[in-house]
Amino acid sequence: MEAGSIGWFAAHEARLAWRDLLSLMTAGRRRSIRTVVLGFLAFAVFMHALAWLMLRTAANVDGSDRKQVLVALTGGLLMAWSLMLSQAMESVTRAFYARGDLDLILSSPVAAEQLFAVRIAAMAVAIVIMALGLAAPFINVLAWFGGAGWLCAYIVAMALAMVAIAVAVAATVGLFRLLGPRRTRAIAQVVAAVVGAAFAITIQFAAILSYGTTSRTAVMQSRELVEGSPDVDSPIWWPARAVLGEPVALFGLLGFGMIVLVLAIRVFAPRFGWLALTAGGQTHEMPARRRRPSNFRAKSPAQALRRKEWVLLLRDPWLISQTLMQLFYLLPAALLLWRSLQSGGQALGLLVPILIVAAGQLGGGLAWLAVSGEDAPELIATAPVSANAVFRAKAEAVLGGIAAIFSPFVLLLAIAAPFAALVAMVGALIAAGSATAIQYWFRTQARRSLFRRRQTSSRVATFSEAVSSTLWAATGAVAATHSWLFVVPGLLVAIIVLGTWMISPARSARALA
Amino acid sequence: MPDAAIIATEAAAAPLALEISCLTKRFDRPAVDGLDLTVVAGEFFTLLGPNGAGKTTTLRMVTGLLRPDAGQISVFGIDALADPVGARRIMAWVSDEPMIYEKLTPLEYLSFVCGLWAVDGAPGRSRELLLRLGLGPQAEERCERLSKGMRQKVALAGALVHEPKLIILDEPLTGLDAGSSRAVKEVLRERVAAGCAVIMTTHILDVAERMADRIGVIANGKLIAGGTLDELRRHAGSGHASLEDTFLTLVAQDAGQDAGELVAA
Repeated sequence: MEAGSIGWFAAHEARLAWRDLLSLMTAGRRRSIRTVVLGFLAFAVFMHALAWLMLRTAANVDGSDRKQVLVALTGGLLMAWSLMLSQAMESVTRAFYARGDLDLILSSPVAAEQLFAVRIAAMAVAIVIMALGLAAPFINVLAWFGGAGWLCAYIVAMALAMVAIAVAVAATVGLFRLLGPRRTRAIAQVVAAVVGAAFAITIQFAAILSYGTTSRTAVMQSRELVEGSPDVDSPIWWPARAVLGEPVALFGLLGFGMIVLVLAIRVFAPRFGWLALTAGGQTHEMPARRRRPSNFRAKSPAQALRRKEWVLLLRDPWLISQTLMQLFYLLPAALLLWRSLQSGGQALGLLVPILIVAAGQLGGGLAWLAVSGEDAPELIATAPVSANAVFRAKAEAVLGGIAAIFSPFVLLLAIAAPFAALVAMVGALIAAGSATAIQYWFRTQARRSLFRRRQTSSRVATFSEAVSSTLWAATGAVAATHSWLFVVPGLLVAIIVLGTWMISPARSARALA
Repeated sequence: MPDAAIIATEAAAAPLALEISCLTKRFDRPAVDGLDLTVVAGEFFTLLGPNGAGKTTTLRMVTGLLRPDAGQISVFGIDALADPVGARRIMAWVSDEPMIYEKLTPLEYLSFVCGLWAVDGAPGRSRELLLRLGLGPQAEERCERLSKGMRQKVALAGALVHEPKLIILDEPLTGLDAGSSRAVKEVLRERVAAGCAVIMTTHILDVAERMADRIGVIANGKLIAGGTLDELRRHAGSGHASLEDTFLTLVAQDAGQDAGELVAA
């Protein structure tokens, strides 16, 4: 293969991607591939079982109202596409701003646009793989019950990913031209987070406002929406008809996706190098903004550590966008709270587990940043502060952040249901505290930029964190009903957290010392 | 290099800043092998050695970043293994690739360090230190916008701002331009004159020759020679040779080779 050709670059990228995937799967440890494959098979079986339970009656659409099916499918596809677009914008922004090998490529005599063409295509492939990783079990189950026609959903996913990456490249380049390299980085990442959550949340808002529930299906199956939608012949239903196996719609959608992607590659690949260089060089070339004189004063090590954590988080738009993604999902809860306060508080009980599980998840993310994502570990390790004091200060920073975010919700809840508010507050702090402790026990040293890959460093920690948040939420939900049965999930989660400590590296290290 | 006789007299009167005895650390092989070393207050001590000799491992054990398998470490009379927090209070460490917070400004970074060491982080003093190191204009810029050399100086400022009595530096001059390098050396010499002890590793032997009061040569985890440059020359039998020649001779003698073979290897 000729060096510098598209094929050569594709082989190079494929090799890197494969090694990256392997390292992601094995978390950088020399674990046998067999374990990874077995893990994958177990996950696939689990997902198929889940899909079977959810879809066994939904696959046969022969007797259903055609328009209703098209509306429901289009809703699902729009939600999937908004997530793909979010992921695509995130990937494109990262590609612009990560220096990586760009200095090498751009200083070499090869035509760099070949590489960028491959990279844009690779982003589309990555998004297809990610989407199909989650959707494949559902598509397979639909095909099992409803016929092979459902397998066309695979092709629809590919077409949607192509369109998503093309739109993401165009949008990011547009932002780059409009706002300049410095602002684009922050805004594109926040936009990506908003796009990812926007459709799902809009539907939930509609469901709450119209039906007083957070269920999205209530809106997608509503008579008003179906009746008010365009006719079944409208091109708006082409993606849904493609999923149902209509050849013209299917190949039309695939052709459209390919044309859009090729156009994006042709237009933007030659400019990609310049944009990436501009983005990478912005720190030295652009005049610095004038800032207010700093007031970063700390009277004690604990105060210094807490302030540092908050300042670093608030100054990192990427991390904010990642945490915002979780907070967006609280917006429907806030609306539900507002509506319930107006209508006598029937749905308030629902909010307790929502708040607790959100606090647990957010607490886990913040704790990872504070504990494992420490950028100057040697400075902290050589400071005259004991490890326990460092952990205490970092845990306070995390719990303080959680308290700041969730207090408005709890206070509003307290107006109508003081006991539920008390349970929510205690539950949120315990869930966030458990997640923080788990992150501390399984701490590793990593760059903050690896935030999204934190789950791969320890599967046990990830699993335990998710289970503990969910079970604390269940405990809170039961406790909010004044039932003593809350002791059951409460004890279970206490045992799980204790078990996690028993098998944690932190305990092993303490035992050895 | 300062006069050997004066150093010997001053050293006899000065308290021990660092006392290491029988220090041992093993990874796949012995990295540090029963090392003994003393450095007195008001002394600039340079640790030399080939790559992989055990210099960084030794210093990381002194600063508490690595736990030794055996041995004792005492910092100004404080047992660093029994009371690590007490020892850290009077010590500072800068590695060859220091990591700082990209989203903080140099002034904020220094305030953070002052907070960690629980010392009064008066901005005036921090600003003065940054000015001395040529970072005045960047004092309120975020560190992510600074060059590698500037970040190195920010880390150095962090090691100096809490006024430690023992400063340990691993290759601190790597990546610094000539002006910055001179500024750092001047600041370090001032600290030594004020009674502080500085231990520095470097591969720039000219710097060691001009700056160090005493030099230690480490190879295969052992201190194979130590003393003033004249003492090292006598030890190596190298007459009036440069430190580079003396160092190569000492390392070659330890390896059972001659210096020419070592260079060729």
